[in-house]
Parts: sequence; C-alpha cells; structure tokens
Amino acid sequence: MSDPIAMATQGRGVTEASDGVGTLTRKDFESDQEIRWCPGCGDYAVLSAVQNVMPELGIPREKIVFISGIGCSSRFPYYMNTYGLHGIHGRAAAIATGIATARPDLQVWVVTGDGDGLSIGGNHLIHALRRNVNLKILLFNNQVYGLTKGQYSPTSEMGKVTKSTPFGSLERPFNPVSIALGAEATFVGRTIDVERKHLPQMLRQAAAHRGSAFIEIYQNCNIFNDGAFIALTGKEKSQNRIYIEHGQPIRFGPNNERGVVATSTGQLEIVDVAEVGEDKLLVHDAHRGDPGLAFSLSRLADGPTTPTPLGIFRQVEAPVYGDGMESQLRAAAEQQGPGDLAELLMTGDTWTVD
Amino acid sequence: MSTQIAPPKQPGADRKELDQVVIRFAGDSGDGMQLTGERFTSATAFFGNDLATQPDFPAEIRAPAGTIPGVSAFQIQFSDHDILTPGDAPSVLVAMNPAALKAHLKELLVGGLLVVNSDAFDKRNLDKVGYDSNPLEDDSLKSYQVYDIAMTSMTLEAVKGVGLNKKEAGRCKNMFALGVISWMYGRPLKPTIDWLDKKFARKPELAEANTKALKAGHAFGETAELTAFEVKPATIAPGTYRRITGNQAIAYGLLAASVQSKLPLFLGSYPITPASDILHELSRHKNFGVRTIQAEDEIAAAGMALGAAFSGHLGVTTTSGPGLDLKSETLGLAIALELPMIVVDIQRGGPSTGLPTKTEQSDLLHAMYGRHGESPLPIVASYSPASCFWAAVESARIAIKYMTPVILLSDGYIANGAEPWRITALGKLPDISRDFTTQPNMGDDFWPYLRDDVTLSRPWAIPGTPGLEHRIGGLEKADGTGNISYEPENHELMSELRAAKIKAIEEDIDPLEWRGDEDANVLVLGWGGTYGAIGAACRSLRHAGKKIAHAHIRHLSPFPRNTEDVLGRFDKVIVPELNMGQLSKLIRAEFLIDAQSISKMQGQPFRSSELEQMILERM
Repeated sequence: MSDPIAMATQGRGVTEASDGVGTLTRKDFESDQEIRWCPGCGDYAVLSAVQNVMPELGIPREKIVFISGIGCSSRFPYYMNTYGLHGIHGRAAAIATGIATARPDLQVWVVTGDGDGLSIGGNHLIHALRRNVNLKILLFNNQVYGLTKGQYSPTSEMGKVTKSTPFGSLERPFNPVSIALGAEATFVGRTIDVERKHLPQMLRQAAAHRGSAFIEIYQNCNIFNDGAFIALTGKEKSQNRIYIEHGQPIRFGPNNERGVVATSTGQLEIVDVAEVGEDKLLVHDAHRGDPGLAFSLSRLADGPTTPTPLGIFRQVEAPVYGDGMESQLRAAAEQQGPGDLAELLMTGDTWTVD
Repeated sequence: MSTQIAPPKQPGADRKELDQVVIRFAGDSGDGMQLTGERFTSATAFFGNDLATQPDFPAEIRAPAGTIPGVSAFQIQFSDHDILTPGDAPSVLVAMNPAALKAHLKELLVGGLLVVNSDAFDKRNLDKVGYDSNPLEDDSLKSYQVYDIAMTSMTLEAVKGVGLNKKEAGRCKNMFALGVISWMYGRPLKPTIDWLDKKFARKPELAEANTKALKAGHAFGETAELTAFEVKPATIAPGTYRRITGNQAIAYGLLAASVQSKLPLFLGSYPITPASDILHELSRHKNFGVRTIQAEDEIAAAGMALGAAFSGHLGVTTTSGPGLDLKSETLGLAIALELPMIVVDIQRGGPSTGLPTKTEQSDLLHAMYGRHGESPLPIVASYSPASCFWAAVESARIAIKYMTPVILLSDGYIANGAEPWRITALGKLPDISRDFTTQPNMGDDFWPYLRDDVTLSRPWAIPGTPGLEHRIGGLEKADGTGNISYEPENHELMSELRAAKIKAIEEDIDPLEWRGDEDANVLVLGWGGTYGAIGAACRSLRHAGKKIAHAHIRHLSPFPRNTEDVLGRFDKVIVPELNMGQLSKLIRAEFLIDAQSISKMQGQPFRSSELEQMILERM
C-alpha cells in the first residue's frame, strides 16, 4: 500500500470491527484525564451515557473522533479515550466537517453548547445540517453561559436576569430543535441529561443514522441556572414530558390523558384525549420528507416550562455530503484516469523552443 | 500537446524593427478585451518573444456599458530579449470606445500609436464620458499617431452570410481588432483560429464568424498599409513552455505538493477576489483526489482545512485580505495544535473591502503578527506568476516537515498576471512526504508533543491509527504529553519551543541571494510581486553606470539565515513596497539597519521607470 493514510490506519473501515471490538467496555472509553466540571453538573451524566453506549456501537476506538468548540461541554473530548480535538469557539461543526469529509471511515461526534453552537457558531451548525455531513452533534443546552460565569445565552428565556442583563434579557430565545428542523436536518432529537434510558437510546439511534444527527440535550447547570428544566425533571415531570415515537399517537400525562391534535389551520394543540377521542390524536411520523409538521411539533412548548416533546422529531434518509464527494472523486478518476502531474502541466497552449 | 510554429512570412511588408513593444487593449467590459489580450499573448508566445501580461478589470461585473467604470484593459509587453514586467506606459493603445480612450489615453506614450474603433464614437457614447466634441475629429489627439478604423461596421460586413443576428455579429469586433494588431506586429493567426475552432466546436457558426472577423482585420491592416513592425523572437532557453497565471501556478503547485507528499489535497475556501480562481482550478481536478469545499464563510473554510489536516490530509485554505482577518483565530489554533496547514493570501488593496481587484502588499505585518499571543509561523512569498508554483510546494514542504501552519503571500498583480513558464525546467520535484506515527513513542504510551530533536516537530498520528488515540486542543498543553497544563514555567517553555521551531527553519531554506555590482553601495531589497519592476529598474540604472544590487526575499518568516550578512555588505538598503513600509519596519526591528522605504499605495504595481527615479533620488 502506498497510501500513507491507509497504511497508518491499516485500511480498516468504520464498519469493520477490529480485534477486540466486541470486548470493549465503558472503561476503554475513559481517558486518564481528571474531569473538571463542577460537582453536580449535568455534563457528568451525558459523559457517562456516551461512555456506556460507545462499546455497543461495534466501532473500533481509533475510528471515533470527538470534536468540540469552547464552553463547559466542550471539554468533553479530553475525557474520551478516542481521538479528539478541542477547537475554538463556535467552530466545531466546521472542523468536524473537514474531518468527516476527508475521512469517511471515521465516526465523528461534535459536542457543543447553546452558546457555542447557536450563538458564535450558529452559522457552521446550520450549514453542517444543511449539507447533511456525517456528524453526530450533541448540543448541551443549559440556557446559560457557564464557563464565562453566568451570562444569558441565545436559549435563555426573555427577561432572564444575569450578570450581563441585570434588568432582564430583552431577547427572544432560540429553540434549538426548531433551528435544526429549519435547516432541514435529517435527524433531530431531544432528550434530558438525567434521562438514564432515553438519553442512551437517542445516542444509539443518532450513531446509527447516516448523515447529520442532531440531539438537543437539556442539561442542568447547577451553578448558574439551576432548575432551568425543573418542569421536566421535578415533581411535575410526568405532566410535562411528551415522549414522541414514530408511528405512535402523541399523548402524555400521568395517565396518558392528554394528547396532541392538528387543527384545521395546521396548528398543533394540546387537548384532553377524553374530549377529542383517541382517533383524533396526531400520529407521529418522523419519516415525513417535509419537516413542516415536525417543526410545528417543536413549537408546542415555548420553553421547557410547559409540556415539551422529547424523542426523535425527524429521521429521514438523504444524500450524505461526504458520500457525494467520494462518488465525484471516483467518477473523475474513472473517466479521466488518475491524476498525472506532468500531463496536467502540459495541457493547454504549450510551445517548444529548440 | 506541443506545437512548433516558424515565424510567419511577412508578405509585402516592409517591417520596422523594434526590440520591444507594450500594447494595451482597452474596451467595455462586454467587448472581450481580456480574451483578445490572451489570444494575442498566445500568438506572441508561439512566435517566440519573451512576454509578460497584466489584466486590469473593474470590480463591477457589468458596470453600465460605455462608462469609465466599465472599462476593462489588458496589457502585454513582448520583446526580442528577456523582460521582467508587463511594461509601464503603453506605446500602443487599442481603444474600442470613448470610455476606453478617456480612461487610458493619459498613459499612452506621446507619439504612441492609437488604434480606435471609430464606430463607437457616436454622440451617445461621447456624452456618456463627457466628451464635448469627438476627439477623433478635433485636435486633441494630435500628439499621437491615430488609426481610426470602422471596426464594427467592417466586422458586420465580414460576417454577413454566417447567419448571426446583428448583436452576435457585432460581438466579433474584438477579433477584428485582434486581426489588425496581429497584422501590424506580424503575429500568426493560426493559433487563434485553432483556438476558436476548439472553443466553438459546438457552435461552428460562431467559430466561423470570429475567424472571418479576425481575417478581415488582418486583411484590412495589410490593404490599408498600416505601419508594420517586427519584434524578432527572443533568445529563450530551450524547452517546452506554457503561459501561466499566478493563481493557476498556485493551484498546480498545490497539486504537485499533494503528489510529492502523498497526502490527499483538501481545500476549504470561500469565494473572494482575487483568490477565487484557485478554488475554481482545483475544483476541476477531482481525478487527483482533491476535495474542495466552498465553505459557508472564511472561518469555516479554515476550520475545514484544519480538520482535514488533523485527519492526515494536506489542508489548504485560500483567501484575500478580509478573509485572512477572519482566519486569524484558526491560524492560532493550528499553531497551538501544531498541525500542517497552508493559508494562501492573495493580497489586495485594504483596509476593509478596499480595492478588491487592485494589488497591494499590505498584509505582510498581518501575516507576521496578526494573531493574539506569541504565535509565530513561517511565511513564504511568491514573486512572479510562475514562482507561485514553487511557493506552493515550498509552503507544503515546510508545513509538513515542521507541523505548522504556513502563510503563502501572493498578490493580485501576480495572481492575474501571466508569463511564459518553462515546464521542463521544473526537473525533479522534492519528496516532501513524511511518515505518520503509528507506534507508541513513550513506553506503551503515545505523547503527541514529544518533539523531534532536530526539527522540534511533533509526531503526526492520525485518527484511525490503533493505539494512538489522543486529544489535542487550543488550551496550553504540557510539553511532551500534550495534556492540559496551566503551569507557569510550562507555558514559557512551550512558547519558546514554538518560536524555536519556526526560527530553526532558517537552516532549511535557501540563503538570500543578491545580484548586481560587487562594489555596489546600494542594495534594493524587495519581496513579492515587485520583483520584475525592481529588477528592471536596477538593470536600467546599471546600464546608466550606477552601481547597485538587488535582493528579493522569498522567505519572510523566518528570514534566510544570511540576511543580516547580505544587508550588512551595503551602505544603504532601499526597500520598495506596495504598502507603507512593512518590510522596512521588519528589517529595522530585526537587524537595526536603517532601511529606507519606498512606498506606493495606488492599487497599481510599480512602473519600473518610476521606481528607477525613486531609487535614484535615494542613492
């Protein structure tokens, strides 16, 4: 083999399990670095879930790459015993696009936050999703800037009092799932840091998705924004969690007594099932080509303080950016033959002087 | 494909011999002046003259027709001896309309030849540019030799019967003009006819019409007995040549670097004038395994290139000044990560949007210092269109060997300018490959920042390599292990190591050469696209009996190791730059030498004659 990348990586593809892959455990994915998140931070739970899920994926450790930007959550790659790159603020999706496009044999994960991914890096995020680059993007949404010690973020609620908004924030928040759907992301999900079962399920499905998989993870910052998701994690959680599942009618509540219907104007509404009847409930279709209905679903809740959908909003197949790139390269090599430098330099108008 | 063409016979013409000519073609943006100039250039190259060319086009895509902002021009100098620049003031001006005349007449040499399309000098066009009377009819052009030729009407006549509508037929007038000039300077028509046949293979009527217009212009020149000139072929080193622009040479150089490093080429780029042509060119060569992405912005373009570099590709991003601003943070990350990456900056007039289509050399200090923190990196500068090939390969060699981002500085003048390039002089290209690290380097562990003793370069282990999983990032890292470290002494050590690594490259680059009189007291020191103008000015001064020397710096960071010695040989060091004295500042700061700056900030290259005068004033 003269291809140095193939030589260094022993030519193994992402689907070809290397020796011992099946015997990998959570421990194999823990790096030797001391974890420096605040005690009680929601990030620990997500790290733990990711480390638990990794051995199940059947992918050799060396084929996995974690890329991050800047922020509390962006320390994530240091704690994973895989390849990793802790980048600069907002640019993780761009750097990861380079990696995933250069090396389709790798599984590339992006770890970002509400500030990193939706403020300074909003542009890169929407374009990665638009291109459908083969990335698994985990957006930790704690609705606050933690690393810079407590300013409002683009997902903070209006009126939020922080160090930089002592009289209350004047800005309407972004809804990360709406943004991802607006960019027509092919996989969009939402879960919560403390969801011990739901979070790993979402991670597994994102890992299995070809193309951009985007998961918003509600993550509690117990220092600067404690309890932001209390409606979904506290005593009233069963009233506020709307688990959506493809092919199932959307209903929720302690006794599944509430549900979602589509009105004649196309709006979605929360109703009492007893009043409208089970037949009228909206059956969730994550595979719809048009993201419009999923978008409406994402607008059900103004914020995580009222009944909020959790689960996979959208999961569709679409051409993957890197695949398209590879097929153009292959087609060019087949049609024109492999590049010949001497021949290229001699193309066009040349003349010879004796 | 290589064609050999003997100088054409010169039927019936008593040709006046010249050793060199500068022709400027000027017309409306829609008149096809760039194409006319390029075809004339090709024929001139076939003929065997030495030549250099320079386009000058407006920033607007289509400024209103007939206005001065809409004028597009192309200048060529060709000669029977070797030349260094596209020439200063033209001795021949082809003006296709009043706007072109008004915009360029002031630069035509007094007594020069003016060839105009008289059909375009109607009241409407004259009014548009504020001519009260028709300059072809008043006395205002009496200092020039004027050929006013009814090009449009003669073109329409010539292509009658081909079946084009009037608009299409009229568009062939640039070929008529080319025919006229080709007759006057004894250029062969065949290369242009062959080119037209190929270009319009699917529209044979357009090939036919353009060929007819070309031949009609040529015949007109002969019949009207326009003055005919001859510029004999130059003595040119034997070999196979092609015409190449700076941007094309960078694209080819990057392809060569990919082949010679055995690394796939990855270009992340965002369209920007005057760098976009590199993206266009590389996008065409997918059979070389080149991945090109038109990114969402300049920052993403740099980030993608860096991600590709992390993955084992030759990561490149191409841009111009405003884009370099945006890439600064990523460059800082690349310096911290110690990954190879090339940032190509085609400099243009600044600050801000500045002069997008005009040249300048004002990004040097930005390239040198435009990042926060102590963040040195190597800078390579091309100095002519063909040298861009070398600069690209050299940038890649340094980036890969030393695991560092490199900035390649070119400029708008070199990027769009063209010159003959002796392909066969390339010889064997250097092997610039390096092995990826595949084995632990510290017992059973892999330390990503364990440096090579000589180059201080760190190992390059790419994702996918079993057993070498590691994490790197922009936070300061401990020497050796690469783990996050906030230790005060370690930060100082790492800062020194990063600087020492770049400094050590001076041992691995060519020493600074100078040419000129052994006993000269004055050195003219340049860098980048001023090479031709400085060379021509010095040559002229030496012909006039002055003692002078010229050195041109190709590596601006680090400077060649003998720079101080070379500068120290001379009593006076003069530094001409298309900026406000950036290299002279560096020379003063670095070597405590009283370098004298010559500055020009007009978006135009130095004319060798003005430079000669400016040097003389300082001698």
